[in-house]
Amino acid sequence: MIPAAPVKNLDVARRLGARRRFMDKLVRLLCIAAMLAGLFFLASILFTLLWRGIPALDLHVFTTEFQPTTYGDDTALRGGLMHAITGSLIQVVLATLIGTPIGLLVGTYLAEYARASALGNAVRFVSDVLLSAPSILIGLFIYQLIVLPMGGFSGIAGVLALAVIVIPVVVRTTEDMLQLIPNTLREAVMGLGAPKWKMIMLVCYKAAMSGIVTGVLLAIARIAGETAPLLLTSFGNNVNSFNLGSAMSSLPIAIYQQANSGFPDLIAIAWTGALIVTLGVLAINVAARTLLKTRG
Amino acid sequence: MSQAVIGADAPPAPTGRKTAGRLGDSIFEWLCRGAGILVLLILGAIILTLFIGGLPAFQAFGFQFLWSTAWNPVEGRENYGAFISIFGTVVSSVLAIIFAVPVAFGIAFFLTELAPEWLKRPIGTAIELLAAVPSIIFGMWGLFVLVPFVQQHIQLSFGETLGELPLIGFLFASNSFTGTSLFAAALVLAIMILPFIAATMRDVFSQVPPVFKESAYGLGATRWEVVRNVVLPYTRISVVGGIMLGLGRALGETMAVTFVIGNANRLATSLFDPSTTIASVVAMEFPESLMGSLKQSSLLALGFLLFVISFLVLAASRYLLRSRLKA
Repeated sequence: MIPAAPVKNLDVARRLGARRRFMDKLVRLLCIAAMLAGLFFLASILFTLLWRGIPALDLHVFTTEFQPTTYGDDTALRGGLMHAITGSLIQVVLATLIGTPIGLLVGTYLAEYARASALGNAVRFVSDVLLSAPSILIGLFIYQLIVLPMGGFSGIAGVLALAVIVIPVVVRTTEDMLQLIPNTLREAVMGLGAPKWKMIMLVCYKAAMSGIVTGVLLAIARIAGETAPLLLTSFGNNVNSFNLGSAMSSLPIAIYQQANSGFPDLIAIAWTGALIVTLGVLAINVAARTLLKTRG
Repeated sequence: MSQAVIGADAPPAPTGRKTAGRLGDSIFEWLCRGAGILVLLILGAIILTLFIGGLPAFQAFGFQFLWSTAWNPVEGRENYGAFISIFGTVVSSVLAIIFAVPVAFGIAFFLTELAPEWLKRPIGTAIELLAAVPSIIFGMWGLFVLVPFVQQHIQLSFGETLGELPLIGFLFASNSFTGTSLFAAALVLAIMILPFIAATMRDVFSQVPPVFKESAYGLGATRWEVVRNVVLPYTRISVVGGIMLGLGRALGETMAVTFVIGNANRLATSLFDPSTTIASVVAMEFPESLMGSLKQSSLLALGFLLFVISFLVLAASRYLLRSRLKA
């Protein structure tokens, strides 16, 4: 006897097909909704910043230090953010200057000397953990290491905390970029009799330059908005200070303090500060990405 | 004489330049290695300083520190425990993951399978820029935009509907109507970690060999079926790694949470109760605590616990993502 061929039930097939198509369409719609939600959050943040930050944005903000609230008194001197901008610039520049060479050397070690060694793997692992470690813990660490022995908050403590955050960012991009360099280039340079350090300094760094610069830019963007570690290290200051040995203000800290002050005029200045920080950070990010893209 | 013998007889005498090169080489190599060791030392020093700083608190309270809900800074009756802030940290982060993962998956699916080519880059960049927005900005936005929204719309409707449910109703009913709550913190955290999870998922999804997907399409599978039955099984380990990375970030997030969680040192029983996390209690109370006080030591001990928790999560994440890192 011939076994009966499976009966094709067209009706069942059609209903199943309709259900599968419906499911597909539903998930695709939900995905588009998810994407729109992501864009909506970014747009909402940017819109809120512009809406609330622009009213107090003028030259005055850049040229005046903190002033107590002038709420209800139109004749009093309005405060600004000069002290915070100065403090942020000093701390970010110094932290970048300290953190970048260390990160660069570590990235070089991982890519050129220790691709598969045990020490290299340990360093790579620890650097990746530091990259995502809670930044407030780095603040606590520097507090114990610098602030406690010095007996008070200081700009230099803030600089060191930020430098610790810079290192893993630079390590990651440096290693990635150096690994993209073809080995034939290294062999060609070594074949000419150049010592390895010259090969790295004069050829590899040059070939990976735009990637390394991208890493440094991303690191600057990251520390420019850091608040938590500075709260425990440089703490904040209401006047312009160039003294690394005493407490120093910074934009994120000034924003934090004035946003929580409860006075509408100080909150308005906090929004202006937030606008400045965000536009700066996003501009640096876009610059870093374009730099990497044009390199191809 | 054969050439081989000449070579053996007269090894090239080291010239001045060559020794300089060799010296330069070992100096540079040791510089690089030293920098690498410095990174290890920094991590070791972080663990050590946090532990030493927290030691007086550990000694004063013993293991009870871990599950004690006390937080009493009154002199003479000082008593500190970690449970409230550990609870707030874990609950807000896990809720954030629950909120963020479906949306992140949707974005990654959209970017790898659905979006037309010209749309992929701008949307990908926009999502990455969301990751670059500083934490304090999320905090301000959360406090001035999201918290009022939660207070006026979500909390009331949840309280009136789900809050009436038997057994689980208490999770949604709260006596606090400020809007600053565990729920608001979880929402802000979800938005902050969304781009990290989405970017990881997008990267691993695009690494699935096209031939796998094409065979499924060839059998008549829809796009959803391809992602569900081919892409997700192929990438699930890395997807979990990406989620762990997001969790690691959420656990240690400080400023955004500090703005919206309400910073209340009592155990939250409802999603809409104010609460606190380890990171935000450190940010709020550490700068004004006295040097060397028991309170400061307790906060350092909390920092040590946070470090242990996030280290474990980040290490797990990196272990799961290792195949992606090699590729």
